[in-house]
Amino acid sequence: MMTKDKSLGPMANEGLTAEERDLFSDARPVPYQPYPVEVVEKFINWVRANSLYMLAFGTGCGAIELNPLMTARYDAYRFGFQPRPTPRQASVFMIGGYASVKTLKRIIRSYEQMQGPKFVIALGICPVNGGMYWDSYNTVNQFDLYIPVDLYITGCMPRPEVLLAGVLELKKKIKEGRADGHNRYIENLDWYKANQKRIIKNWDMPDYSW
Amino acid sequence: MNTDPKSIIDSLSDHYAITEVREQKAGLLLLKIPKEDAVQFLRELRDGQNYTHLAFLTAIDYIEDGRFTLTYMLHNYATHHSIGVHVDIDREQAQMESIHELWAQAATYQRELREMYGIRFPGSPRLDADFCLEGWDDIPPMRKEFDTVAYSQDRFFNREGRTTEDPREHMKQIMYPIHTD
Repeated sequence: MMTKDKSLGPMANEGLTAEERDLFSDARPVPYQPYPVEVVEKFINWVRANSLYMLAFGTGCGAIELNPLMTARYDAYRFGFQPRPTPRQASVFMIGGYASVKTLKRIIRSYEQMQGPKFVIALGICPVNGGMYWDSYNTVNQFDLYIPVDLYITGCMPRPEVLLAGVLELKKKIKEGRADGHNRYIENLDWYKANQKRIIKNWDMPDYSW
Repeated sequence: MNTDPKSIIDSLSDHYAITEVREQKAGLLLLKIPKEDAVQFLRELRDGQNYTHLAFLTAIDYIEDGRFTLTYMLHNYATHHSIGVHVDIDREQAQMESIHELWAQAATYQRELREMYGIRFPGSPRLDADFCLEGWDDIPPMRKEFDTVAYSQDRFFNREGRTTEDPREHMKQIMYPIHTD
């Protein structure tokens, strides 16, 4: 990791055909710049932490735990945490357990379409080290090689109480300004892209999905 | 119409080389048929004997015998009886006649078998389109010579610090220290 990409030119978009290249932007994303006045930035972070919109995209078996999280018994709405149907409206991506290579491609596209600053919670043991699928031919073992993860909630599966605790922990991190996955992704974009392209063999999408 | 499965098989035995007939359990009969007769036999079961439902189509890899065994599971809604038809095909030249004209949904099963086992079904629609694996560039993963651990370690980079125990040794040492000699 560790090359700063700010000085580099536009994305190559080599996965697209010549006709498709005109349809997609090749601009590089820019990192989020905090507001220069610290008090204002802290206020913005406080607001941000209290209106978290989760992308309702169940990527694995863990997504089954999200339904009770949202309904009356656990009721995550109490904490300003609610699902949204499209990536454009969402700010939190909950990775629901294992990610196969095929799903990872969709995760990347959805994640990049979300508006920044955005946060990723990975639930379950599978995104950490593969879990029970550590020797599978189709499940990624270290999820943070491909997408920056702000918070891991381990367990197989984590119960909704733990997810609630994780949401509160994420809110704490956001308020303290430590949830910087969005900027990590953009500043090390070439490193992430190289990792992604190493396992996604049929890369037929733009390098950054605006 | 004749509804007793045993007598159906007996009557069909005159025309087809049916072997290894056994009743797996009540309501499920398994049998084996040569590759050349298989599609005609399935057509006879569907049109003549009312086994109209293709429940699934799958394959078993017998690497030590050098063959795949395809399993066509047919179901009769009137009698609630199933017949599983096994067909042996050669492992090196893994190819079988397509049945997508008998059951349209078989095309999906055949796509999956092409992808997971590398079995060819000439003429089957969209046979070479990606099904579960996108951009797969290795030998098909459900073949037994495919080493999934090596593939995973090569491709997905195991995280440092993970330890595994041999279950047998672990049980001896941790769970039953007294009873082992």
